[in-house]
Amino acid sequence: MTRMTRREILRLFLGAPALAALGGCGTSKQERDLPPGSLAGASLDFGHRLRTEAPPEPPSEAWQSAGVVIVGGGVAGLSAAWRLLRAGYRDFFLLELESEAGGTARGGRNAVTAYPWGAHYICAPSARNRPLTDLLGEMGILDGTDERGEPVVGEQFVVRDPDERLFHMGRWEEGLYQRAGASEEDLRQLAAFEALIGKYAGMRDGQGRRAFEIPLSLGSDDAILAELDRMSMAEFLSRNGFTSERLCRFVRYACRDDYGAELEQTSAWAGVFYYASRLVRSSSESRPLVTWPQGNGRIVEYLTSLAREKIRTGLAVADVNPVERNGKAEVEIRAFDRVNECGAAYRAKCVIFAAPQFLARYVIRPWRSDPPSHVGAFEYGAWMVANLTLKDRPAEPGYPLCWDNVIYDSPSLGYVVATHQAGRERGPTVFTYYYPLCDSDPKQARARLLATDRDAWAETALADLARPHPEIRSLCERLDVMRWGHAMVRPKPGFLWGQARRQAAAPFRGIHFAHSDLSGVALFEEAQYQGVRAADEVLKVFGVG
Amino acid sequence: MNRAPVLFLNVAVVAACGLVYELLAGTLASYVMGDSVTQFSLIIGLYLSALGVGSWLSKYLEQGLARRFIEIELAVALLGGFSAPILFLIFAHMRHFYPALYGMVFAIGVLVGLEIPILMRLLKDSFEFKDLVARVLTFDYLGALAASILFPILLVPYLGLVRTSLAFGLLNGLVGLWATFILRPQLARVAGLRVRCALVLVLLAAGFAGAGYLTSLAEDNLYNDEIVYAKNTHYQRIVVTRGGGGFQLYLNGHLQFNSIDEYRYHEALVHPAMASCATPRRVAVLGGGDGLALREILKYTQVEQVTLVDLDPGMTELSSSFPPLAVLNAHSFDDPRVRVVNRDAMLWLEECNESFDVVLVDFPDPSNFSLGKLYTTRFYRLLKARLAPGGRVAVQSTSPLFARKSFWCINRTMGKAGFHVKPYQTAVPSFGVWGFSLASQTEFELPHTISAEVRSLDTPSLAALFVLNADMGPVEVEINRLDNQVLVRYYDDELRRWD
Ligand SMILES: Cc1cc2nc3c(=O)[nH]c(=O)nc-3n(C[C@H](O)[C@H](O)[C@H](O)COP(=O)(O)OP(=O)(O)OC[C@H]3O[C@@H](n4cnc5c(N)ncnc54)[C@H](O)[C@@H]3O)c2cc1C
Repeated sequence: MTRMTRREILRLFLGAPALAALGGCGTSKQERDLPPGSLAGASLDFGHRLRTEAPPEPPSEAWQSAGVVIVGGGVAGLSAAWRLLRAGYRDFFLLELESEAGGTARGGRNAVTAYPWGAHYICAPSARNRPLTDLLGEMGILDGTDERGEPVVGEQFVVRDPDERLFHMGRWEEGLYQRAGASEEDLRQLAAFEALIGKYAGMRDGQGRRAFEIPLSLGSDDAILAELDRMSMAEFLSRNGFTSERLCRFVRYACRDDYGAELEQTSAWAGVFYYASRLVRSSSESRPLVTWPQGNGRIVEYLTSLAREKIRTGLAVADVNPVERNGKAEVEIRAFDRVNECGAAYRAKCVIFAAPQFLARYVIRPWRSDPPSHVGAFEYGAWMVANLTLKDRPAEPGYPLCWDNVIYDSPSLGYVVATHQAGRERGPTVFTYYYPLCDSDPKQARARLLATDRDAWAETALADLARPHPEIRSLCERLDVMRWGHAMVRPKPGFLWGQARRQAAAPFRGIHFAHSDLSGVALFEEAQYQGVRAADEVLKVFGVG
Repeated sequence: MNRAPVLFLNVAVVAACGLVYELLAGTLASYVMGDSVTQFSLIIGLYLSALGVGSWLSKYLEQGLARRFIEIELAVALLGGFSAPILFLIFAHMRHFYPALYGMVFAIGVLVGLEIPILMRLLKDSFEFKDLVARVLTFDYLGALAASILFPILLVPYLGLVRTSLAFGLLNGLVGLWATFILRPQLARVAGLRVRCALVLVLLAAGFAGAGYLTSLAEDNLYNDEIVYAKNTHYQRIVVTRGGGGFQLYLNGHLQFNSIDEYRYHEALVHPAMASCATPRRVAVLGGGDGLALREILKYTQVEQVTLVDLDPGMTELSSSFPPLAVLNAHSFDDPRVRVVNRDAMLWLEECNESFDVVLVDFPDPSNFSLGKLYTTRFYRLLKARLAPGGRVAVQSTSPLFARKSFWCINRTMGKAGFHVKPYQTAVPSFGVWGFSLASQTEFELPHTISAEVRSLDTPSLAALFVLNADMGPVEVEINRLDNQVLVRYYDDELRRWD
């Protein structure tokens, strides 16, 4: 047994947590008052309008033409624009529904710091992922390459230590696996799980491709591995004899974190992918995670700055119609202008459809009456994200404040700290709190998400955070809520290696598809891959690049 | 008269309190000694034998049993209730700790040991013997069970040892007071007894309320000398003590310097770098809010400007205005060449675009992540970018003797960041052997002489700084990066070993 230092013994004498807990009891009056804040949300009225209103019909002089129109300015759409610009192709527009591009990777900013609204990190790419390596190189994020020729991410962009902690039984502990109190059997199963993942990470197919790569398309599509996709992660764990509750919770957390789905709703392939794709070869060495205060919003800002003059925001595309004009195939695009309340219309040779698949059946005109079967296969989870602006850091027992802070036994995923990566360890900060709604019926999850208003979500977040931080209410000066109705595609069993994904990615009469949902897992790398791929298809049609 | 069941409840409370005091003592002993098995068995053995002694002694009590019972109860309340606070206060003086600890355990054991037999005798007329024994023992063990469950789950984590002990003292006191009502028929006069009960309860309640005050009392005990200044700034606790013919500065309880021998430290930090730089005009000090490095730097007339970057305005203000400190740093903060920046040094470096001929890095040891980042490749790269050609850097790099891995980790990390590094050391009696790292962007010659006036460094001793004893030689270490912070872990391990 290790001896304690004097200071630790003194703390033990005085019961530090008691002091904090007692401090928190006196705030009963404040408990009713919520901090001010707003409700942001992907424009929710639009979906309704799309189904009930006819698309606008702007006067003929309002029509504009371009070689390409990109529908949707999330990472996929912005990456398509990036690819077109790199090829020197500038005859395009990017139409975005919201007032800012970025989609679920957007960030926000206030007087304290920039903070994420959704996606907040990427994995350091391998050299095999050329587009991402190129992009990060352009952005000045890379410090050359290592002896294996792999890109090296600048130290200040790799998630800083201390990176992760878990709140359990009144204390914060290092890491996300709850080690304190684990039995020998628990640890044995953890080691066996890690070994099994290591085995998957090291697998290669006949063509020498790794089984699990980010993006998916770089990896193998071998049929044997695709078998994994037929069962759920829950089944995978029980078939392999993983019964340890701690281990199951640990894996469940991973599924909820990356996919917003429970073990039962997640394909085992996706579950294994989460871990295996992050390992460097088959070793236990993980790829570093890369982050910024505003999360992937930093990349969005960069991509937006490149394409600024091509981006049209506040335009809700309601109609994408492939037509024949003067003997030539082209596509007509009609959109509601959400600022001027009038219509906007574009004619293009090609469209890159970088909005989610579920919209295709309402927006692509021939599909309105006759939707292809694959559109129904795409399911999306719902998420709530809250940004809490704090005037100071909460005091707390145990391991110090990390980048990622998880509360054991909570329906939320905990919070990330926006000032962490900037190295600001004191004073005001912003906590970004993530809450996936994992109901097995995604419609139900969405209904629950939308039926709950800002105040009720704020109350949920504060009550959850008050467990580790009794004084959170008195520290929180602002609490803004974002409701993501179609937050991310769900990799449910059978979806990743079924037919729907492949069918949905095939171009349709001048329309090329690009959203990350085509990959089946919502990741930056997938969005980028899909955007770049669609742009490449278009460039090929034009004979450019 | 149906007071019997209530008295059985007393048995349970008495047993619970006794066990809690015993557990408190065991916990304490094992934390202090580290060997929990031995300590717990010692305490348990001692306590059980004391119970036996108490039971045996009970036969000598013959008259006024009810009164005796209440008096003993009050004695347990006081002794047990204040056991943790008392041990807490004498904790800093190790020599008295053990006699106090074992004495306390034994005394409480004897008193509790007296109680049960007395209670049984008080109840003997109301019950048949077999029922009496059965019930008393049942409640005795139930009370112990409750205590042993509550202790680790609720009491220690939420109340801490001091409040737990006071709370159980209060419980004992209440049992005493209550007994004056239940045992009323057997008591001649109760007024005096009740006053005593009230007194005991007030004392314990006051102790409970004032438990926080103990921290400050205890702090006095943590420092060896008289505290002459203490303040919590936004960033840290600053304490200045006086004693042994000098005064000492502590930040968060860690000694920063002792005025008796700090010159050895600061001369070693500052002069090798200054002496090996051809033109030390612009100098920066990172950390070092005590102004003692400034004093050494300002001895050079070539120096045109010194920028001192220290996080804590509370520290730099104290150093410039608190007389003993200001005298010790030769009023360096009043020198027009000095500019003070109160910022996190890393954030400052990230935004800084000036360059410096000499940078002296004098941060507290890497005992936490916010300090550990100031010893990373990232930090040293930023630093290197701010160094003018031919510039020099000196870094305090912990002790090569008691924190050997930490020391080499800092040196290797600087090397990884592209510095040419020459580790060196000196002896500072208050700290022991202390280490530094002299560095530059290119290979450089060691300095031979120091032009400024110094006390500890002449030519031979300057050369000797760069000779490390065999037991301070290089060891295998990882590089300290922002995303691994290995140094904090090395330092923590090494500190524990020596503490
Ligand atoms: C809470 C949350 C956390 C996440 N965390 C991470 C993370 O840490 N790391 C990670 O890699 N990924 C994360 N993701 C996944 C993230 O979604 C992807 O990384 C990626 O940003 C998806 O980009 P996309 O362009 O494919 O889709 P989206 O972000 O959905 O972009 C679609 C865009 O199309 C626009 N649009 C939709 N309909 C129309 C229309 N009719 N007309 C015009 N425009 C339209 C939308 O407004 C939006 O801007 C997270 C997602 C969420 C919701």
